[in-house]
Amino acid sequence: MLRRYLAKRLLVAIPSLLIASLIVFTLPRLIPGDVVVLMLAEKAYAKDLEELRAKLGLDRPLPVQYLEWLGRVARGDLGESLWTKRPVLEEIGQRLPVTFELAMFGLVFALLIAVPVGVISAARQDTIRDYLARSLAILGLSVPAFWLATLLIVLPAIWWGWRPVTGFVEFSRDPVGHVTQLLLPAFILGIATGAALMRLTRGMLLEVLRQDYVRTAWAKGLAERVIVMKHGLRNAIIPVVTLLGTQLPQIIGGTVIIETVFGLPGMSRFLFDAINQRDYPVIQGVNLVVVSLIVFVNLTVDALYAVLDPRIRY
Amino acid sequence: MNTRVEVPDQVAGAKPALGRARSSAGVEVLQALGRFVRRKPLGALGGLIVVALLVMAVFAERIAPYGYDDTIRGARMKPPSATHWLGTDNLSRDMWSRIVYGARVSITVGFATIGLAVLLATAVGVSSGYFGGAYDLVIQRVVDAWLSFPYLVIVLSVMAVLGPGLLNVVLSLAVIISAVNSRVIRGATIAIAQGTYVEAARAVGCGHARIIVRHILPNVAATIIILATIGLGTAILAESALSFLGFGVPPPYPAWGGMLSGSGRTYMFRAPWMAIWPGVAISLAVFGFNMLGDALRDVLDPRLRGGGAR
Repeated sequence: MLRRYLAKRLLVAIPSLLIASLIVFTLPRLIPGDVVVLMLAEKAYAKDLEELRAKLGLDRPLPVQYLEWLGRVARGDLGESLWTKRPVLEEIGQRLPVTFELAMFGLVFALLIAVPVGVISAARQDTIRDYLARSLAILGLSVPAFWLATLLIVLPAIWWGWRPVTGFVEFSRDPVGHVTQLLLPAFILGIATGAALMRLTRGMLLEVLRQDYVRTAWAKGLAERVIVMKHGLRNAIIPVVTLLGTQLPQIIGGTVIIETVFGLPGMSRFLFDAINQRDYPVIQGVNLVVVSLIVFVNLTVDALYAVLDPRIRY
Repeated sequence: MNTRVEVPDQVAGAKPALGRARSSAGVEVLQALGRFVRRKPLGALGGLIVVALLVMAVFAERIAPYGYDDTIRGARMKPPSATHWLGTDNLSRDMWSRIVYGARVSITVGFATIGLAVLLATAVGVSSGYFGGAYDLVIQRVVDAWLSFPYLVIVLSVMAVLGPGLLNVVLSLAVIISAVNSRVIRGATIAIAQGTYVEAARAVGCGHARIIVRHILPNVAATIIILATIGLGTAILAESALSFLGFGVPPPYPAWGGMLSGSGRTYMFRAPWMAIWPGVAISLAVFGFNMLGDALRDVLDPRLRGGGAR
């Protein structure tokens, strides 16, 4: 049954991915300003322009370009960067681990904040602690990440003369330094997601704690800890896992800001630079990798959902 | 935003809070307002912040002691004082005045974005939910595709196409926000379209247009108001991020996000107030809209909470 459900989900995901690929392909081609003109700068002659355009395949009709591109993508060829002349896949491969690490650390921080605070907030509903947690959650959703990052760089420097290390430390060179430098960016990245997850954890747990079997558990004289953690949280956590999947685009989007502020050489920074330079293949490649990743993760989350909750039968 | 939202089939039941105040209009509105303040103090605080923001944006010329681009002789990077409440920046401009004018950008972008997003989302969501079938299937796959893009990534890509500027910020943000909202409105429409009164309207021979305008739209109104209020916070936050990345309103006009990038960051160690106040303004504005939106949701449509909390 689960296999059939997953096959069905996969079938639904394919048209979405195709539409996404069409968006990915079309968008950079609408950018005003011709990349060819930009590359050749002032010294361009009309003949040079035509030659380069033909070389890059930009002179053919758009549908032909799209089909060709899709065919190459299917073979794992995302083209070459117009500027560095290196294969896009190789460039992404170098930068993806940084973004991936950042996103994963961010998610871990989000969960570390969300679950305990959400549980306390629900278990102590309508107390000062609950109000405080809920207000903090809304605040967490309201504070812009780039400002928080700026504050966390500026204030320690002013108060204690401490400045974060600038420049990227490779894992192979200094594993501890590598992880340490990612902690602050990941924490900031995780705050908004943590706030959203906290609100959901609280909401779901409150709903579960009102169920009859929880009343039975109280009547049996079980300890509050056992009721909240074992009867409550285990049932409430399932939608939280789903939201974790839907939050992934937000986290990846957040890395654009975080990588820019902290000067991390990740994929989002790469995309940002490519947009400024109108590097079509790179914009397309990064967007496609990101979208595919998100669709894949959501599919995994759906599968996980079925495994976590034995009540769900497809 | 949680798109798996259970939407009630009788949103109409929540209408009195919207005010059926045609007869003794003023008094009833005031009473409803009083009830709202008592029941939702945090929401009322949010409302107060929103009103303050609106006043700042509308009356910026009267509130701000200086123009947003006035340079004040001998006042370069001065810390906050009695003459310059929030200090001055590296070009000797009064920070408080710039923050006040900056509210204009945030409010304009916020309301324009949400106005457009709500129109788009309602058109797509209601038609998709009402007509269903193959049309719904195709539209929803397109929405799926939009939803799998990280919003900042797609907005930046769209901004690269359209170029920086206020109008383009509004257009690109509206498209993204409408995709998320259309899902929720579609859910509400599906629930309402199954109601017996819609069936009755169809039985007496009402056309699709009449059913949508007279029966569906009034019933999804509460959902739309809630989505719009919460969306305003999201739009302001997104605009500030775009301005921060250099895709917003061009200088010297002050946008809060833009004030934090460039010189705000260059001089942040020497004049930290340049980096602090714009962020406080953004956070307060978004906090206000979020608080108000949360409270409105609780009052107008408690079942939209997703988690079904309290």
